[in-house]
Amino acid sequence: MKIRGYKRANGTYGIRNHLLVIPTSVCSTDTAQKIAALVPGSVAIPNQHGCCQIGSDLALTKKTITGFGLNPNVGAVVVVGLGCDGVQADEVAEEIRAAAKPVESIVIQQCGGTLKAITRGAELALPLARLLSTQDKVECDIENIIMAMECGGSDPTSGLASNPAIGYVADKLIELGGSAILSETTEVIGAEHLIAARFESDIQRAKFLSFVQQVEKRAILMGEDLRSGQPTPGNKEGGLSTIEEKSLGCMYKAGSGTFKGALNYAEMLPNDHSGLYFMDTPGQDIDSITGMVAGGAQVVVFSTGRGTPTGCPIAPVIKITGNSETFSTMSDNIDVNAGRIITEGDSVTKIGEELFDKLVRVCNGQQPKAESLGHREFGIYKLAGTF
Amino acid sequence: MKSVLLISDKDNVVTCLHPIKKGEPVTVEVMNNTIEELNIMVKEDIPIFHKIAIKDIPQGEYCYKYGEKIGCATKNIEQGMHVHVHNIESTRGRGDKQKVVGLS
Repeated sequence: MKIRGYKRANGTYGIRNHLLVIPTSVCSTDTAQKIAALVPGSVAIPNQHGCCQIGSDLALTKKTITGFGLNPNVGAVVVVGLGCDGVQADEVAEEIRAAAKPVESIVIQQCGGTLKAITRGAELALPLARLLSTQDKVECDIENIIMAMECGGSDPTSGLASNPAIGYVADKLIELGGSAILSETTEVIGAEHLIAARFESDIQRAKFLSFVQQVEKRAILMGEDLRSGQPTPGNKEGGLSTIEEKSLGCMYKAGSGTFKGALNYAEMLPNDHSGLYFMDTPGQDIDSITGMVAGGAQVVVFSTGRGTPTGCPIAPVIKITGNSETFSTMSDNIDVNAGRIITEGDSVTKIGEELFDKLVRVCNGQQPKAESLGHREFGIYKLAGTF
Repeated sequence: MKSVLLISDKDNVVTCLHPIKKGEPVTVEVMNNTIEELNIMVKEDIPIFHKIAIKDIPQGEYCYKYGEKIGCATKNIEQGMHVHVHNIESTRGRGDKQKVVGLS
């Protein structure tokens, strides 16, 4: 099936053409935002970390922001470092350059302070912005699309309506050669045996189960009750009583296919991805979406029972709800009403086809509401506290 | 539109598709070896999308939805009662109980 995308030098296709300004640490985030403000149309991500982290935690922050730079929706990058930060600008830039993507980098301390860095950053961003403005989409196959799947603000309608509709789309996209990522490890607790049974490879299955064990162990080692955070107050008010109930509803997003692989947070999908994947992300929506987009997802489909406005700086987020009341009260933020499955007896197939059609239109340029409203939520998952 | 939804014949709860008032009768068809028709008198007001017990669930027994365990009853639950955080609890991630639940 054909869609239109921007062809990247490494053979991937993007559905947007962003100029991304990446601060390597919290110390350069303000400068990165001011550079982006001087070149309207460019987008800076708010990096709250990047220093005084150790080992695998530091590596994960670096991997996540680099992954954003490598995402096919990004046409060019300006990397902004402070100079003494844990994540170094030249290293991030080098990895992006290796993918043959136009990238510049500056360091505030080398520029001689923020005012000079802002000027220098904007001077470098200007020709990149003008380069991107000359680029056109070309025809390409939908098999290049990786769809990230998320749920947030869930209520019981998520498992009954919106998630099955997403599962329909996941099955269809994968049949056409594309990929879909299920995520939020906390929200498979109680359903993990059903997902584990769907893995082809013993190694990938074991990797997936180790994710679930680690999350549960973390709560137990803290001596804390997972129930204090999951399900959330909104989930409970809506009728979800336990994490098991929530998880059993969440997994409908994964449709009916076999799982091809289990991915660490922000791990990139292989070039020949085509299939269904699970990524180890937290239940917190923003950190979760950030991880999947860092892994290469160009578009996000997001199921919400209670209604959440979350978007992403570089990937359009399509919102679908199974709660017709929510669709009506939060129509500014929600694109598709799967609640008709409950209130009007519409079939999952009918709503699934509508959602798939929306997915194709969004790939081809239509903005979902989160994108039109400029929602750019971004969050890097941390493995440990700051030192 | 139906008033309640039974997802699996193994379930001992149904989900309300609209708010249900105390005293309202609800009929549910459950397939075991034959089709069993349960006529349930709802004992409390149930908010939309919340759960009602369609069988008695004694304290300590599992609550089933989607054909799977979703938690344990913390009190004796009678048929027709509201099932939620006040009378069922999760058995996972319970660091407060300092016990690792085995995974199958």
